[in-house]
Amino acid sequence: MDERLYDQAAKEAFPEYNVKNMISLEMPDGSGQVLLTEFGQLDRSRYLDPRTASVAVVDHVKQVCTEVRPADDEDLPSAYVEGFRFSVDAALMKYVDDAFQGGECSVYCTKGKDVEKSGGEFELTVVICNSSYSPKNFRGGCWQSVWRVLINEELRTATLQGTISVNAHYFEEGNVQLESSRKFNDTVTLQDGKDAGTTIVHVIEHLESVYLSSLEEQYSNLSDRTFKELRRKLPVTRTLFQWDKALQLSLTREITREFSNKR
Amino acid sequence: MEAAMDLMRRMPPSLSQQALDSLLALLPAHSSELLSRSDQPLQVAYDEEFDKHYLLCDYNRDGDSYRSPWSSKYKPELEDGVQPSPELRKLEQEANEVFAIYRDQYYEGGISSVYVWEPEDGKGFAACVLIKKDGSDGGDGRRGLLQEGAWDAIHVVEVKEDQERQMGHYCLTSTVMLALTTANRASGPFSLSGSITRQMESDISLEPGHLCNMGRLIEEMESKLRNGLDQVYFGKTKEVVFTLREPLGVMSASSHVGQTLQRMIVNDLAHSR
Repeated sequence: MDERLYDQAAKEAFPEYNVKNMISLEMPDGSGQVLLTEFGQLDRSRYLDPRTASVAVVDHVKQVCTEVRPADDEDLPSAYVEGFRFSVDAALMKYVDDAFQGGECSVYCTKGKDVEKSGGEFELTVVICNSSYSPKNFRGGCWQSVWRVLINEELRTATLQGTISVNAHYFEEGNVQLESSRKFNDTVTLQDGKDAGTTIVHVIEHLESVYLSSLEEQYSNLSDRTFKELRRKLPVTRTLFQWDKALQLSLTREITREFSNKR
Repeated sequence: MEAAMDLMRRMPPSLSQQALDSLLALLPAHSSELLSRSDQPLQVAYDEEFDKHYLLCDYNRDGDSYRSPWSSKYKPELEDGVQPSPELRKLEQEANEVFAIYRDQYYEGGISSVYVWEPEDGKGFAACVLIKKDGSDGGDGRRGLLQEGAWDAIHVVEVKEDQERQMGHYCLTSTVMLALTTANRASGPFSLSGSITRQMESDISLEPGHLCNMGRLIEEMESKLRNGLDQVYFGKTKEVVFTLREPLGVMSASSHVGQTLQRMIVNDLAHSR
């Protein structure tokens, strides 16, 4: 009875967990890792890997990729869109390799995948995920960025809408967690002769660095400013609390009270 | 139970009430143990007679009623609610007054309550000092820096007296729970939350009196916990983030940029011989 309940619960919980946490699984044909995200989800157990144009079949509970097949044409973007997707993916991989040790990334076409040249706008979604879990060091954390990039080749613009979410956990003889997120909006011009992918990823890199700096600032303000709202390091007098004087004060108050009661 | 406690230790502190409620629904047979072993933010009640607030815990509870440290009356009313002895009640009153001043100096607001009782073995006495601060902009926060700011401290001291040697043995167990979210709308939410528990034991001369001795111990402990959380614990979360995403263009021996450069230099040196 318990076994069945567990299986039932696991079947529901694991897929949700895996996709929310953007886990990456090794593809059995040796072609790399597949990222499990809502953007590549074809159905409950099949996920598209745009980089290798293949579909990965996964066992959510075992967290394993059991099979890889080439994707159907209908799941892939047009050659025109793929050109852009490929260029962004190439630049992205370089950026992720530099900035995210152990991180994984992917670029999906999430709107207008059948668009041809001069056929209008299309949207690419850039996903970066880096997580680290070290239970024996009592720490863990995850960085996720999702960037929606709307490309309009006629106007030569790429409009970016990004959300970065970070969480970190340290729990050696205690339990402390950080949760932080930030949204960004930006538009960049795609110039002739300049690789679109490089231009777009450059903006992403810049904005993510801006976010990291603002985190740095938040942390540096913590001890002397932010924390003070909860508890000061010392009283305004800059000395420890005068326990003996306070006792005298309280006794004086009591005597005064007794006195006024007797009237 | 162990699995449940393990879960409680790892849950995001801001979800601890939700987690506890879920566990209580799953393990109703273990409810009393779950409730006594997991720390939850302190609840507040109001004493109309004294126009003051007070904090609720197991030590001022009798059945479903809670005793105010100001009037010493139970709410909801209880005919024969547990009361400390007159001697302990005097210490309790003094402690509430003095800790209110302490609280004001360190917390610039907030609520505190002290409850004193005689332990089951009848030797010595025990006291708990509770402090709650809402540092958010809508609460007692003076600088408008926090959208959310909660600090809950629970100190439990067990005191044994050695009248012959005029020494007191104080055993303090303290838990601090905190949650803060900064109010800077431009840079997005930044939330830190955490809880730690520590113990301290000390043998002190009875001369200054119990209130002084307990006070100094608690003050020392609170500073330790505040600094520990701030520097060590929050610092570790920062380390985790900066390991996940390195600041680019910064050269350090361990950064990716630094390591790549190191390899290049070593290679060059090897080839230039």
